[in-house]
This record gives sequence, structure tokens and C-alpha cells, in this order.
Amino acid sequence: MAEKEDGMHGQTVLEIKDLHVEVEGREILHGVDLTIKCGETHVLFGPNGSGKTTLLMAIMGFPRYRVTRGRIYFAGEDITDLDPHLRAQRGIGIMFQRPPTIRGLALRDMVRLCASRDLDVEAMAEEMNLAEFLQRDVNYGFSGGEIKRSELLQLLAQDPRLVLLDEPESGVDMENLQLVGRAIRKLLQKDRRRTRTKCGLIITHTGYILDYVEADMGHVLCDGKIVCSGNPREQLEGIRKYGFEECARCTR
Amino acid sequence: MVSPEERIRELKEKAMRAVDKPAPYGPDIDLSQYSCGSQECFYVEDLSQLKEVDPEELARSGVDISGRGRSGSFVQLDNTIVHRKALEKGVEILGTTEALQKYDWAWDYFWNVVQVDADKYTADVELNGYEGYFIRALPGSRTIYPLQACLYIRSPRLVQRVHNIIIAEEGSELHIITGCASDHKVDMALHLGVSEFYVKRNAKITFTMIHNWVPGMDVRPRSGAVVEEGGVFLSNYIVLEPVRSLQLYPTARLVGEGAVARFNSVLVAREGVLMDVGSRVVLSAPRCSAEVVSRAITMGGTIVARGHLRGEAEEVKAHLECRGLMLEQGGGMLAIPELEATVPNVDMSHEAAVGKIAQEEIEYLMARGLSEEEATATIVRGFLNVKIEGLPPVLEREIQRMMEISRESAL
Repeated sequence: MAEKEDGMHGQTVLEIKDLHVEVEGREILHGVDLTIKCGETHVLFGPNGSGKTTLLMAIMGFPRYRVTRGRIYFAGEDITDLDPHLRAQRGIGIMFQRPPTIRGLALRDMVRLCASRDLDVEAMAEEMNLAEFLQRDVNYGFSGGEIKRSELLQLLAQDPRLVLLDEPESGVDMENLQLVGRAIRKLLQKDRRRTRTKCGLIITHTGYILDYVEADMGHVLCDGKIVCSGNPREQLEGIRKYGFEECARCTR
Repeated sequence: MVSPEERIRELKEKAMRAVDKPAPYGPDIDLSQYSCGSQECFYVEDLSQLKEVDPEELARSGVDISGRGRSGSFVQLDNTIVHRKALEKGVEILGTTEALQKYDWAWDYFWNVVQVDADKYTADVELNGYEGYFIRALPGSRTIYPLQACLYIRSPRLVQRVHNIIIAEEGSELHIITGCASDHKVDMALHLGVSEFYVKRNAKITFTMIHNWVPGMDVRPRSGAVVEEGGVFLSNYIVLEPVRSLQLYPTARLVGEGAVARFNSVLVAREGVLMDVGSRVVLSAPRCSAEVVSRAITMGGTIVARGHLRGEAEEVKAHLECRGLMLEQGGGMLAIPELEATVPNVDMSHEAAVGKIAQEEIEYLMARGLSEEEATATIVRGFLNVKIEGLPPVLEREIQRMMEISRESAL
């Protein structure tokens, strides 16, 4: 938590209170509380099926993820009932793990429509090693790693204040992991400290991403509840050594 | 050798026997409700002198009145040719009757790939006079710019009868954009269009047709193509504006080794619109290939998307793709892909899919800041954005631009 005091004015960007979320009639999240302040990067650990993706999807506001109790605030505004595109317009951006293909929509046009300003799409794509993908239909025949880079390219164009990343390192080869890490650092303005305005919430299964992106806070999600919040490196070490079961037990 | 007079008599007799022959598909049309009396109009040397049509209306169907970026133009109002001119060497544009008078050999291309007694509509075109264009690319000629042809209806209750003949001689390349449109005052009218395409050895024809009719129109194109060795025939058919009914099922016959045919259709049917659109390719020589791609959207209208591939020779390759989107309640979509082989060594496949827009695609775009309506429109635009392969870049850009214009006005 070395950078905590650098969070600009310590302003709260995301505040989640007692969040209960149902998917297809089954409650997945049973009362999650989470606060992310300006400039902070939080990581989310947890076993498969613990509700990590559900939490991200609920923050983005997809209708399949139904909030039954609790509230979500973004920059002080209650956004619990807001449509996803309005959340995106307010500054929330999400990386999809398995985005759909949209035939006939070129990646170039997708990147343009993410942005609310003029961009040098070519240069940005070059940087993400995606220049020759710009004329391809978005996600059509993309490999796992290409999808990650394409998602990050879109997020860089959108330039959201809060970045939600679901396992950004999965399926990425070593060579491109550097690239992905660099893009995430850029999204999160890791080159700044006091003037940083962005923040992020990153789901990581392996924790590899921590080698590329510094995180301020870690949370362990088990069975739809945050069971532990603290130093992400220590948490990761604990999880690696003892597994999630042990990790969950330690709070009891 | 049969004289033209004998040929005409033969054709008329055949046509007479077919005047009551209904078409196998599409609602039957009572031809007696229409007149062929068209308003008087005069030939113009220069397209800009054409006062009877709205240039913007034409632009929406791909016809540029300035003639810029075109190697020639043909315009027919109702049943009168008002302009025809080739601007580049190597191509010839005539009216069909004019061509038949000028060249004896032109009769060989007349009712050859389309049968005069195919149905009552072909018979009617033969029996009750015809105009239409005769376009021919001379051997080895290659025009950079496409030719444009416009078939325009401005008189209500008219039947427009068109008989087109398109010939690409050996080694030539011919690109044609045809826009069909009607005046907004026309409450009902009928378009009967016969088109016969001849692609000679190692020649290539790309044919792009954009329809921009009015809701009271019935349209019955009757087209056929024959493609010789090494020849390529690409047909793009785009109908985004309403008609009452549209039915066509063109056939391309690939008769020479390695011949290629590709049909793309892009259709949008609103409420009250019936479209029955198919494409058929008969692959009768070794190593021919064909592709039939159809993208259809119903917004309350009914679409039947047919496709038929018939492999009759060794090592042919053919693929058929029908994709349909239903955006609204009402109407319907029927995809009928057919594959047929008469020899074992063929590679033929099809895929067909009908449904609504995937929710996850909408949500994906919403997460990037688009409203649900914007997301839907973006997906629909993409769906209709068929990449047309094998076009020269100038034409590809032009067609993309035209598609963009007609999409913007249609959706």
C-alpha cells in the first residue's frame, strides 16, 4: 500500500455497499462491500465460481446480473439502476474475457466508436501490435492473446476513469505479456503518482499480472463475499502456499 | 442460319404459349392492371440535361449524373432510352433493339440464357416490346471505371419491360452498376427485367444492382449468365428500400473449366414487403467454383432466401451462405439452401442461420458507450456490410460508398 497516500485527494471513485447479485435466479454475491479511491489499483482473487466476474459485470450493469440488494456509487452518484452505456459514458470501462465477434464491424471502427474524441488509431494499434488487425472484423478469428490486446486497445481509446479487467493475462504468451502490462499501466496512469485520476479493479487467477502492474490493495472473494482485504502480494503468497480454502478459513 | 424474321416468329410463338404460365415462386401478378403508355421524353446527349429525374434519387441507386468516375452511362425512363454513351474505348453501349438491328450476330445472345417461355413475365417482355441495354466489352478490353445504367419509372401503373444483354468478350473485364428507381409519385408499377450475361473465356463481369423502388412496386427480374473457361461472374444485388413484391432466381451456368460465379444479395424487408430472392449456380465443368452469400433483414416483412448449387463436374467447389436477422415481430424468414451433386468428387457446403441480434453483441457495444439503439444499428450495418471480393479497388470503394448511402437512408 505504498502508493495509498498518492491517491489524488483520496477521493472515492467506486463505492459498493452490501451488494447482492442474482444470476438467473441464483444469488451469487451475498453482500459485497468495496471502496476504490482515485489512483488506486485493486486486485481480486478467488477460486472459480466465487463471483469475481459477477462482481465486474454488476459494476458495469449488465441486465443478466441483477442487483437485489445494496448500492453501487460511482464518483458519488448512485448508478445501481443505470444502463451499461450510461456507466461507460460516466467513465467505467471493462475488458471482456470472451467478447463476441461482430461481423462487418472492423476493429478500426470499433476503436473509433469507443472514443469520444479524435484519435490516431493507427499509431495506437501499432503500439498494441495490432496494426494489421484494424481492417478485420472485431474479434473474428482472433487468438486469446489478440483478444486481450484488442480489448486493451479499445479501452485505451475509451480512456475510462475506472478500468475493470477480467484476467488480463490469461491466454497471453510471454512475449505479449510485457505489452499487455504496459497497456494496463498506461490505462491506470502508473507513470504518475499525485496527479493520477484513474483507478482499476483487476481479476487475476494467477497473479502474474502483479509482476507488471503494481496494485495497492487485494481482496479475496470466496462464496460471494470478500473474506480478506489487504496487501495483494502477501495474499497471493498465502494463496499460492495454502490455497483458497486455507485463505478463507483464516478469517473465521 | 435462321433469319431474324424467322427467329422473331419462333420466339413470339413460344412466348404466346407461355402468356398464362405462372412463375414457380412469388405472388402471381395480373398484368392487365398495368399500362405501357409512358410519358413523352427526349434523348439527351449530356446526362446533366436530364430534367425528368431527381439526381439525388439516382445517387441513392448508384447512378452519378455527372458521369464522373464512370466509363459510360445508359438511362431508360419508363420504356424509352433517353441516354446511352460510352466514354471509354473498348466498351459499347447500345439499346437492345438497336443492337439487334445493327448486328446479326446479336441474335445469338437474345433469349439464350434466359428462356422466353420461362414464365408469363418473360413472355410478356418478348410480346409487348422491350428496351434495355446492350453492353459489350471488346476482346481484351479493360475499363477502369464502371459503366452505369439506370432504369427509372416515373409513370404510375406502368409496366417497364427491359431486356438487357451483357457480353464480356474473351479476356475482357466489364464492371456495371445498375440502379433501378422510381419516382415517389408512382403508387404502383411493375418492372419486368430480363438480363442475359455472357462471360467469355478469361473474361470477367462484375454486376452490381441497387434497387430503390417505392412501396407499390412489383419487381420480377429474370436473369441468367453463362461463364466460359476461366471466366468470372460476380453479381451483387442490393435491395434496402421497400417494394410490394420482388421475386427472382437467377442462374449462372459455369460451362468452362475453372469458371467462377459469386452472388451476393443484401436485402431489407419492412412491413408489407415480400422478397423471394434466390441464386442458383450450375457447375458443369471441372474445377469451377461458386459462392452464394445472402444477408437478409426483416423489419416486419417476409423474406424467402433461396440458394441452389448443382455440381455436375469433377473437383468443383461451392459454398452457400444464408444469414437472416429478424429485427421485429411480424413477417418471417425462410432460408432454403439446396446442394445437389451428380458426380462424387465435389466439395460443396452450406450454412444458414436465422435469428435475432445476439444480446451479448448489443451489450458489448453498450459497454463501450453506445445506447441500445445505437448498438443495434451498428450491428445491423455490420451485418449488411458484405465484403465483395474480386472487385478492382476503385469499384470496391465506390460500392462501399453507395452501400453506405443506401444504408443511411434505409435504416
